[in-house]
Amino acid sequence: MTMSRLEVQPTEVIDRSTTLRFRWNGKRFSGFEGDTIASALAAAGEHVFSRSMKYHRPRGILTADYWDPNLLVQVGDDPNVRAGHRLLEAGMDVGAQNVWPSLHRDIKAANGLVSRFLTAGFYYKTFMRPQRLWPAYERVLATFAPGGKVDPDTPHRYHDKRYSHPDVVVAGAGPAGIEAALAAAAAGARVMLVEHEHAVGGHLRYAHPEPARAALAELRAALAASDVEVLTDSTVTGRYEDNWLGIVQRSHPVAVERLIKARAKVLVVAPGLIERPYVFAGNDRPGVITSVAARRLINLWGVKPGERAVVFTANADGDAAAADLERAGVEVAAVVDGRDGRRVSAAQGPPKALEAVVAGGTRTEADLLVVAAGWTAPTSLLNMAGDRPVYDPAAARFFPSDPPGNVLATGGLAGDGRLDELRAHGAATGRLAAQRAAAVAHRYQARTARALAVTGDEPAWAADERAPLRRDRHPELYRSDTHGMVDLSEDVGSKDLVAAAREGYDSVELAKRYTTATMGSAQGKLETVNTVAAIAEARGETIAQVGTTVWRPPYAPLTLGALAGRMFEPVRVSSIHPWHEANGVRTIQAGQWIRPDHYGDPAAEVRNVRTNVGIIDVTPLGKLDLRGPDIPKLLNLLYTNKWSKLAVGKVRYGMMCAEDGVVLDDGVTGRLGPEHYLMTTTSSGAAGVWEWVENWLQTERPDWRVHVTPVTTAYASINVAGPKSRELVSRVVDGVDLSPEAFAYMEVRTATVAGVAGCFMWRIGFTGELSFELHVPAGHGLHVWEALMEAGADLGVGPFGLEGQRIMRLEKGHFIVGQDTDGLTLAPSTGMSPLIKLDKEDFAGLPELAWAADRQLPLIVAIQPDDPEIVPEEAAQIVRGDTNEILGRITSARMSPTLGRAVCLGQVEPELAAGGTKLTVLLASGQRIGATVMDHHAHFDPAGERLRG
Amino acid sequence: MLLVPCPNCGPRNSADLRYGGESHARPDPATASPLQWRGYLYLRDNPAGWLRETWYCRSGCRRWFTLERNTATNEFRDPPQPGDKRGSKA
Repeated sequence: MTMSRLEVQPTEVIDRSTTLRFRWNGKRFSGFEGDTIASALAAAGEHVFSRSMKYHRPRGILTADYWDPNLLVQVGDDPNVRAGHRLLEAGMDVGAQNVWPSLHRDIKAANGLVSRFLTAGFYYKTFMRPQRLWPAYERVLATFAPGGKVDPDTPHRYHDKRYSHPDVVVAGAGPAGIEAALAAAAAGARVMLVEHEHAVGGHLRYAHPEPARAALAELRAALAASDVEVLTDSTVTGRYEDNWLGIVQRSHPVAVERLIKARAKVLVVAPGLIERPYVFAGNDRPGVITSVAARRLINLWGVKPGERAVVFTANADGDAAAADLERAGVEVAAVVDGRDGRRVSAAQGPPKALEAVVAGGTRTEADLLVVAAGWTAPTSLLNMAGDRPVYDPAAARFFPSDPPGNVLATGGLAGDGRLDELRAHGAATGRLAAQRAAAVAHRYQARTARALAVTGDEPAWAADERAPLRRDRHPELYRSDTHGMVDLSEDVGSKDLVAAAREGYDSVELAKRYTTATMGSAQGKLETVNTVAAIAEARGETIAQVGTTVWRPPYAPLTLGALAGRMFEPVRVSSIHPWHEANGVRTIQAGQWIRPDHYGDPAAEVRNVRTNVGIIDVTPLGKLDLRGPDIPKLLNLLYTNKWSKLAVGKVRYGMMCAEDGVVLDDGVTGRLGPEHYLMTTTSSGAAGVWEWVENWLQTERPDWRVHVTPVTTAYASINVAGPKSRELVSRVVDGVDLSPEAFAYMEVRTATVAGVAGCFMWRIGFTGELSFELHVPAGHGLHVWEALMEAGADLGVGPFGLEGQRIMRLEKGHFIVGQDTDGLTLAPSTGMSPLIKLDKEDFAGLPELAWAADRQLPLIVAIQPDDPEIVPEEAAQIVRGDTNEILGRITSARMSPTLGRAVCLGQVEPELAAGGTKLTVLLASGQRIGATVMDHHAHFDPAGERLRG
Repeated sequence: MLLVPCPNCGPRNSADLRYGGESHARPDPATASPLQWRGYLYLRDNPAGWLRETWYCRSGCRRWFTLERNTATNEFRDPPQPGDKRGSKA
């Protein structure tokens, strides 16, 4: 087969005045603007583009479009590029994939010689045993894996994301799809028309006859004059619940790809039909192409696909291909008409070329075999909408059965007809889509209490009164009297499928997974029906009886870049963050928050807090402002301890449990006024606790008068900790007596701080030092922070971060919910049993905790490794002696700068909880170390004298 | 993605809401047996059909609300009102 460029074609999409130079396997080539990589190479006479996946057979053009299984190439650092679709660009460096040492001398083609051993399930059967050799097998097999090369140094490129709410999305811009879009838009709908190819028009683009060309020009002009949003080189990849659509746009002017998430009121599915290859001996040989491929090559890119052709045709499109070939100067040596019961049996020749075609016992010399054996209905989007298409043997393809009312099919998917009939069906579909979309829009608005009132009643759900398209008779052509390739992407032949059925894998879903048929790059678009037909033949049943595999998203592959895309997750920083950044902060991400972890030396930060004074930005601390007379009731319900007697100006610690008794959150709540409290939660629990509180108030106790406002970000929070903290705070606070007698531990005061009114502060201590936690209106956070740094310069004030705070709280043995507890930790395991008041009438989790009261539960204990230098990994297991019996685990571990030794918290079985118990800790390295349970949770200052001072 | 009809905000992507799961009454903690309480905690009817369930409109009106959803079709409807013949089995 020798291809070459024809004279100018009236339908061609190339610009012959613009030559693009590129490389193919290191050699220089050129093509025209508008060429695909494959059409440019074909025009230059290339006819082998790849080696097949398993047998490394030479492969040429088959379908000349996106789905062509033989046209996966590497372009620069971009692997698995579809050369039948990707447009040529100047300077492209294109190479063949899956070949070694070269495309034309591929050593692994020897696989083909042993192909009878590489049958279905070969890898499963051969490399299963012995299992210890699997790493060796894996290394060798990995070199046989198909696909291109990923370059880890590829620069990040911009992928965009967009949300859209069109009334009607039309998937497929052939004549029916365009008419549907135009009709829907004319009826007032906002319409998005999505076309997989680079231009609209569908099969009209490569149809030579003048009426088709005129129709295409007319449709394009109408589209240009309409309000329809047209997305070319874009694909509706998935349809999900309530017409939630994924659309990948490859033609975005800036982004490499853009993922559009669209909520369509009605989806029109108009993908047309995909031509199906035919199974016979040698059907994967270069030179055997589909009739659509022949017509695309000639009419779109002016490429002459061969010199002497045999045409196997069973339909009008095959006949049109024969006419195109003759017009292009290709000698049509024979036409084998499938409608007369004639079949092609073999394509013969040397490995890389076609020499002759055998049909009905006659051998015809030819370098090109054009096959028009029938169509596959790409019903993917209908499948995803829950439809199960039905096979019609008379038409030899699947048809939609009963999709939901907001999904409408039109075009070739729905039936056959003359161009004007297809267009009329499309237009009727568009009108119906617009009517139904209006009803859906009305319903949406009417159900939105806060929306503008809708006028009138909801429009009636328009009945489907479209005149159905007819179904043309078509012979069932799947396999000839010889065996051939069914799945060219995966190198699965009809013999493999027959063998799989014989081995018991005779359900199509099983056979698919066993043989990997339909699981390659063509994703079933070309090979699904042939696979079903092969299984049906092996089972002696009909295709309808066997059924088909269910097409799942995505319709066409999309890159991980498109899926990851642009992130819309917010990033939160406190108002003090600019200071941190200017002062050498190392940040840590905690949920959405970016927080100071430390400023270079966390151990030094700890020492400074223990000897002088330090300040930490704890703004992400969850804060809920509570107002109303029933707050004590609410607190009694949420926390395990009692709240009825908390006086104004007092603060109390509380622990919350879920209804299963598992620790949910903890924090302090202070009473600011008679009916005004401030509740704090853990930083990570802020959002969840709010929902939890609202759930109780809205569903279980709607009669309670409590109003909850989240104020986490309304206040910047700064903890001032250390022996000199009182002195520092006194320098910035006005009007509050800070003496220990007037402002005791666990009390709260409102104050003016550094001139900022409306602040409050409380004396609590996570670090174990004398400390004051200031909550100031967020806009003044930076000002107060800077005032503290300035006022405390002579006191040695310094910032400390989360790491320093974590070390100090561990020195003090304070547990962190979610770090030292997990989803099974019942409240008594924290050692806080005095705070669990089982005599209360009710609180969340009460019954479980009551039943747990006489059970022996694992306990959180303080642990010190016997070797003070060894800091066990968090989650290191506590085991019994030399056995692997697990008796607990280390939940927190740090080197304590204060004590100069490793300190830990851990959860242990009750038998090990007593102070002085010797433990064995199994490190990740396998080493076992000795450790001792401490008498008290606090490794440092167990009496709490520093804190209360 | 499901479109959930919030009574205040109208149809919303389910990602904008928190799913509260099957609606179930809380037993009286003073009298509940372990079996009743653990039924409340862990046992769900999980029917293929109409199910009463709760949602929280966390990105919108912040209301917890109850709806009925057909788990086989994902169709929503309002829960029955007092006196409604459709009744409830809760």
